[in-house]
Amino acid sequence: MAVADEALAGPRPLNWRAILIEAALTAFVVFLLTIALVGADIVDFSDTVTVRPRLNDVIAAVIIAFLGRIVLVLLREGRNRIVLATMVPLALATFLILLGGSLGIGADLRHLLPFRDPVVCWIIDGAMIVFALRALWTMRRAVKVTLSDEAREARADRTAARVQRVARMIGPLIFVAALALPLTPLANRQILDIGTLVMTYIMLGWGLNVVVGLAGLLDLGYVAFYAVGAYSFALLAQFFGLGFWTCLPFAGLMSGTAGVLLGFPVLRLRGDYLAIVTLGFGEMVRLILNNWQSLTGGPNGISGVPRPTFFGLPLLPFVPEGHESFFTFFHIPFTPEARIVFLYYVILGLAMITNLFTMRIRRLPIGRAWEALREDEIACRSLGINPRNTKLTAFGIGAMFAGFAGSFFATRQGFISPESFTFIESAVILAIVVLGGFGSQLGVVFAAIILIGLPEFFRELQLYRMLAFGAAMVTIMIWRPAGLLAHREPTLKLFGAKSRGGAK
Amino acid sequence: MLHSYEYLVTQLINGITLGAVYGLIAIGYTMVYGIIGMINFAHGEIFMIGAFISLITFVVLGIVGITWVPLAVLIALLAAMILTPVYGWTLERIAYRPLRRAPRLAPLITAIGMSIFLQNYVQLLQGARDKALHPVIVGGFEIMRRGDYTVSVSYLQILIVVLTVGLMAGFTLLINRTPLGRAQRACEQDLGMAALVGIDVNRTISLTFVMGSGLAAVAGLIFLLNYGVIDFFIGFLAGIKAFTAAVLGGIGSLPGAMLGGLLIGLIEALWSGYFSIEYKDVAVFGILVLVLIFRPTGLLGVPDIEKV
Repeated sequence: MAVADEALAGPRPLNWRAILIEAALTAFVVFLLTIALVGADIVDFSDTVTVRPRLNDVIAAVIIAFLGRIVLVLLREGRNRIVLATMVPLALATFLILLGGSLGIGADLRHLLPFRDPVVCWIIDGAMIVFALRALWTMRRAVKVTLSDEAREARADRTAARVQRVARMIGPLIFVAALALPLTPLANRQILDIGTLVMTYIMLGWGLNVVVGLAGLLDLGYVAFYAVGAYSFALLAQFFGLGFWTCLPFAGLMSGTAGVLLGFPVLRLRGDYLAIVTLGFGEMVRLILNNWQSLTGGPNGISGVPRPTFFGLPLLPFVPEGHESFFTFFHIPFTPEARIVFLYYVILGLAMITNLFTMRIRRLPIGRAWEALREDEIACRSLGINPRNTKLTAFGIGAMFAGFAGSFFATRQGFISPESFTFIESAVILAIVVLGGFGSQLGVVFAAIILIGLPEFFRELQLYRMLAFGAAMVTIMIWRPAGLLAHREPTLKLFGAKSRGGAK
Repeated sequence: MLHSYEYLVTQLINGITLGAVYGLIAIGYTMVYGIIGMINFAHGEIFMIGAFISLITFVVLGIVGITWVPLAVLIALLAAMILTPVYGWTLERIAYRPLRRAPRLAPLITAIGMSIFLQNYVQLLQGARDKALHPVIVGGFEIMRRGDYTVSVSYLQILIVVLTVGLMAGFTLLINRTPLGRAQRACEQDLGMAALVGIDVNRTISLTFVMGSGLAAVAGLIFLLNYGVIDFFIGFLAGIKAFTAAVLGGIGSLPGAMLGGLLIGLIEALWSGYFSIEYKDVAVFGILVLVLIFRPTGLLGVPDIEKV
């Protein structure tokens, strides 16, 4: 009844005094946040330290906060028209002035803008565009702006379910596209390099998905197993002269064993404790690699890691007398691209093996046990599933794939050092799994392309990359705690039962 | 020299100073865990921001011309203790409050996201290079001597210990004697029940973050004064070690956090003094793992019963 009354009575009258006070408070908090760290830039000269003031940026942040708060309140009250009427012309005007000014088209009107700094203007303009879009978006839906959490969740779940159904078509399409990429005219060195890098992360993401997505164990030290794989291969190659293909199974085995050994004592810990302990293990592995100079070379790392061969034929321009290289064997002239294409196909193959393995193992009893354990550990225990062994297999298998990816990393770079295996790497891989949606194979692909591929193309974004990373992790978790493309469909259905999230 | 009594005393003094830093940060971890049962992974970054705000204050004071040491330190302390908690408050408001009823791991992931965000935020704004501060408090006095080797206590170390003990005593009083402290203890026992008897739960949780951040800010100031060099990454290691301290003392227990901080500081100082400085972090992580495996409730903690 109450809802209907409200709808009949039309929108409430606006209390401008309260809105302004709320906006002023927000602006004040932002002022306190920015005054020191944004407002003062510490400049270090050789003998003196001084401060360069950046008050413009503080003012911009405060203004954005003030206006943004007002816009949010207006949107909450259903006054989209006011927002649209003010934001669209302002945003467009600023946009045109900025664009015209920077491209040199028409008269340079940039002196009309309140701020000299173009970056600040662009940020304010971007904020206004976001506000306008938000107003448009909520306007499309008839009366009520806010959906209840459950309704929103259900809608997002339906979307994810739809995506998953389409995924059966998209998946193979993407695979074919990836397979054909080196043959298309698009392929140059840069694209293939980025593709190789992205696929390494996809593979890592799929591996971590077994641990985090399927078994529900938050592992913050996944990079440790990546490091173990890379170092096992590099050390075997250095001390015994073994090649990539011989070492690959060993590296996986070593990492898997490390996973089981590390997992054994800690897997009975509860979720968040487990996360911190795995983080501790990850850092310990890195510190040991860094300090065990005699074996690992310490911070200098190991260089001269051998490249992979094509069934025993090296892809090198020159080979010793009496040996054949890939190029002499097939009587084709040497091109440096051939090796890049080869590496690309190697990681494509490895990643697809990971994908197939995890897709199939999900349907085995052990895979179902992982998912059941993720949902309710106590129920599993009472059904006779041994939680420790089940978790250990997930941990070990996840670690094994990290080991494979690690030895590929070593052979691709030709050089490894502890620098490459910091906590940030773990966080990046975790972010890929989280953003993609726990347990979603395709989500990992999209997340890896967005998080790894895009910043590689736009090098100048590099600085902001990790900032956006952190912000994206927070936003997506708040918006959809299960991950973007997460949709949990029961792997097994009772006869005649309908799937939970299936949209009709 | 390595086996003399005097060397041991030097290491103990270093350890106590270090322990003060860890203890102050650990209180923030333990209080938040006690009330909402989550690991505030970004708490180390709050400490780092506190150190940066102190540094900026010192530099600005130097430019303005306030060079009288006690006044400068007092102003820096106030600035850090006022501005840093705003970050803690905002952190809770943005990243944790919307997820209060979400599954356990969701707030941990936002916490990691926030930690990455804050690190890079500071790196973008203040640069990636080390920032150094000239020693502000100098001098000390000698307490022992053997041959050429003297053991001295600096005025700074005395200030650190006095400040830490004072803050911790004040804090214990606040928790045990004031209405706010009572509200916090009530929330710690049962959030829903506390709300039923008229406690503003959201306000209490916000204030918990504010207080924890204030103490972390003091730890940041101490760190800056003691080591003189900070960068955007100091929060990561310090955060994990302080978390280890909180776990060692028994997470959720205030005296436990102080005791744990002191112990971790001492262990780290003695380990670097007698074994190897390279592996001191490994030693601390090892303690974390061992405590969690063999005594997950810590030294002073109470067991947490899992309800079905």
